[in-house]
Amino acid sequence: MTDAPVISCRNVWKLFGKEPEAYLAEARAGRSFEEIRQAGYIAAVRDVSIDVGRGEMLVIMGLSGSGKSTLVRCMSRLIDITGGEVVVDGQDIMSLDERQLIELRRRKMGMVFQSFGLLPHRTVLENVAFPLEMRGQDRHERRDRALEVIRLVGLEGREDYFPRELSGGQQQRVGIARSLAIEPDIWFLDEPFSALDPLIRREMQNEFLRLRGMLGKTIVFITHDFDEALRLADRIAIMKDGAVEQCDTPDKIVLKPATEYVAKFTEDVEKARVVHARVLAQPVNGYQLEGPAIAADATVLQLARQLVNDGREILPVADGAGRVVGAMKRQDALDILLGPV
Amino acid sequence: MAMTDVSSDRRDRRLAAPRAAVILLSLALLLTLAKPLLPAFLTRVPDGAVLPYDLWMQSLFDFIKDDLGLIHVTRAISAALEWLLDITANLLYGKNRWPHVGPIPWSAVAAVAAVTGYALGGARMAVLAGGTFVWVALIGQWDLAMQTMSVIAVAAPVAVLTGLLLGLAAWKFPRFERALMPFLAVLQTLPFFTYLLPAVIFFKVGPTAGCIATVAYAIPPMVLMTTLGLKAVSDEVVEAGKMSGSTRWQMLRHVYIPSARTELLVGVNQVIMLSLAMVVLTAFIGMPGLGAKLLSLMNSLKLGRSFEIGVTIVLIAVTLDRCSKAWVIKQPQHFERGTPWWKRNGLLLTGIGAFVAFVILAQIVQVADHITRAQDLSMGAEIDDVIRAILSNGVVTSITEWLRWFLITWVLIPFRNALLWLPTPAVILAIAAAGHAVGGWRSSLTAGAFFAIVALTGWWDRSIITLYAVISAVILAAMIGLPLGILAARRKKWAEPILLVCDTAQTFPSFIYLIPAIMLFGVNDVSVVFAIFIFATVPLMRYTIEGIRAVPEELLEAADMSGATRRQKLVNVQLPLALPTMAVGFNQAIMFAFFMVIIAAFIGTQDLGQELQKTLAGNQLGKNFVLGICVALMALSFDHIIMRWSANQRRKLGV
Repeated sequence: MTDAPVISCRNVWKLFGKEPEAYLAEARAGRSFEEIRQAGYIAAVRDVSIDVGRGEMLVIMGLSGSGKSTLVRCMSRLIDITGGEVVVDGQDIMSLDERQLIELRRRKMGMVFQSFGLLPHRTVLENVAFPLEMRGQDRHERRDRALEVIRLVGLEGREDYFPRELSGGQQQRVGIARSLAIEPDIWFLDEPFSALDPLIRREMQNEFLRLRGMLGKTIVFITHDFDEALRLADRIAIMKDGAVEQCDTPDKIVLKPATEYVAKFTEDVEKARVVHARVLAQPVNGYQLEGPAIAADATVLQLARQLVNDGREILPVADGAGRVVGAMKRQDALDILLGPV
Repeated sequence: MAMTDVSSDRRDRRLAAPRAAVILLSLALLLTLAKPLLPAFLTRVPDGAVLPYDLWMQSLFDFIKDDLGLIHVTRAISAALEWLLDITANLLYGKNRWPHVGPIPWSAVAAVAAVTGYALGGARMAVLAGGTFVWVALIGQWDLAMQTMSVIAVAAPVAVLTGLLLGLAAWKFPRFERALMPFLAVLQTLPFFTYLLPAVIFFKVGPTAGCIATVAYAIPPMVLMTTLGLKAVSDEVVEAGKMSGSTRWQMLRHVYIPSARTELLVGVNQVIMLSLAMVVLTAFIGMPGLGAKLLSLMNSLKLGRSFEIGVTIVLIAVTLDRCSKAWVIKQPQHFERGTPWWKRNGLLLTGIGAFVAFVILAQIVQVADHITRAQDLSMGAEIDDVIRAILSNGVVTSITEWLRWFLITWVLIPFRNALLWLPTPAVILAIAAAGHAVGGWRSSLTAGAFFAIVALTGWWDRSIITLYAVISAVILAAMIGLPLGILAARRKKWAEPILLVCDTAQTFPSFIYLIPAIMLFGVNDVSVVFAIFIFATVPLMRYTIEGIRAVPEELLEAADMSGATRRQKLVNVQLPLALPTMAVGFNQAIMFAFFMVIIAAFIGTQDLGQELQKTLAGNQLGKNFVLGICVALMALSFDHIIMRWSANQRRKLGV
């Protein structure tokens, strides 16, 4: 494994309007969304620079119209960008010709859509096998592989159903299975659970976490639901008016919102659920450590009982292997749990 | 078709519009009132100013045909089509051509029709489809019907394919679409005689010309439905296809076309119905089949036999329509895993089995093969007598004769004379005023110019007579169709069956509507107006019912809770909201009327249709074209004004 990012966006712009390239060349950075709109252009993506590391899950969060769906389409080149560069696995995807782009999608990318994007005239099996069929795999191979993914998402027995015969949750399972059929390295999910009702959504999120644990793919996940983002993400990028307001881990976003806009989202979040002991740990130097350590990947809420009962002011924090990684002030954690005094 | 070109700044000018429209209308009135004082050139375009457009057109066509060599291209197409037509003709009614295997026994055709019907729409459709062919055979019209069907069997697929390709091109290249759409709008309003003559001249007389005219007539809806369907494919499905790594061809083949299935099949349904309507009318260029027989029977006033043929045509129309509509809504069903192949393809096997069985049966039993004249159950002569008896009944004759006298003397003739009396510029100004009221200067100029062109061709009086028949019939249709529609829409119990009747009636080839008109009123203006009237009432009622029924339940509940009476609810809630839809029905009624008035030519009208029919005999392509354009331009003016009004109204209501 290399440390180079799988997807790297550098100063990506997407403007909609009459002659966006020309406008961008003259305007470049520093113009606000409003100024651009005055000029007759819509800035769907505004000077975004983001990296996604291998095996990382980046959640792009924003309200409708914030440009999050456009950004993910720029990463897969479903939309051609106006300026900047998008590098996927070391290749500038804007430089690919049609053939190469198709090849890239056939080998490396999978995508799940908000309203599923299933082909209505094909059965579950045929829908899932569709990407394999497109790249010309033979019938038996693609059938075997499709059945395998269908089992993976828990739809066995429904292979011969048509999409309209399935519930919303089941349809999205088909969409997920289809996106996984070619074993992509990069997995795009565009608000995959937004069209589902709350109970099913919860269930699908758990299902998704299970798959993610099994497959270890690089994931770009779009949502407008901040709780969903906190629940699933390694890192969250919060977008507004086409620009990224803040891109950081859930803990940091909750603890230190970069802008007022981000702060508005974090206001009502129960921080103790989100913040992990690891983030609160400080270098051990100078602290007297004694007694049993607490787990680095436990949230403050999970530690609540211990925080209240434990007499020590400083608690050692240990990672999964039992190695002490730092020291946490009990008061810091209590402040997060109960709110500052 | 509506010409839609909404300019953004038009809303600002809306305020100025009524005033200009009023001025235009006042000018028209002034001209009318002052008619006795007007110089001749202000009442009619003087003869000297009428240029010989027909001759110019004629030379243009001759140039294209002979000098540019289009005739060779079309003759080549004819040859290919003829080959196809010979095959279907041989199979269906045993024309002595390759492959020399026909005719297929009627019982086998009926059996296959029944199985197809079952596959598409269950037992009821099986009875309808099978029953239709059994009826056709038993009534002794098998060969006639198969002559007609053999042309449809070629024309409909050719039209579907051509329409699909044009539609694809229009969807792919917006510039091509912009060029094509106005052309299609004109095609859809051209009178059918204008399809027939070029077909005869450029292609061979006989089935080939009929087939070509039919194809040309049936293509536009297929093009429109194709572009509509392809544009409506959801973005996400398209993106899913792209992300699956589809090439362009794979996108089209596996994503776009299957996803647009519904619209494409609706297009197929319309192609089939228009093909049937046109193929019956090709009787006017001597195409044999049901249409030709009907035409000759009506000419000799053999009403009983006409009635039987009418029933046959209606049955075929209903069968084709219902089956193709059933195909539209039919969704694939999945089979349980492990279903054997013969069960998966059970209906296909049944169809083949039934076909083989009946072909063998026909070798043994003659009745299953063909039904001879002595065996058929035609009651034509008897029905003739019955109809004659009914019609000569004193009560009936006194009613129809009184109606005829009253309408001709007190309504139709005075109205016609009044229209003819109007000075040409006044009519043009009035039309322009209407255009301005709904769509500003642009609409005003378009509509006014269309009528001005009609005036300049020198066929003004004939055009006005055409217009008179159209207007009187549509007014009559509105007086009866609108109240009936409103009444029907009030109760669900009535609305459903009436809608079904309207839907069914709309599938009948227009020719059919002349049968009752001639039966009741004989051969004169009243039966022309009556035929148009029935034909035009159907869409009026249909759209009225649909418009009223589409009013959201919430609004009705809100009206009820505000204490509205049924009448208040109708006047203040239902009608205003239904009006845009009703206008579409009104527009369709006018388009239908323009179509019908031309067909009625063979009854002996004095309008453009009559002149058009004459051009068929003399091969006067130029004149035919000029006359056809006159009809199309008048129809397009109405279409433009009404559709624009409807769109305005919709926008105001925000729906």
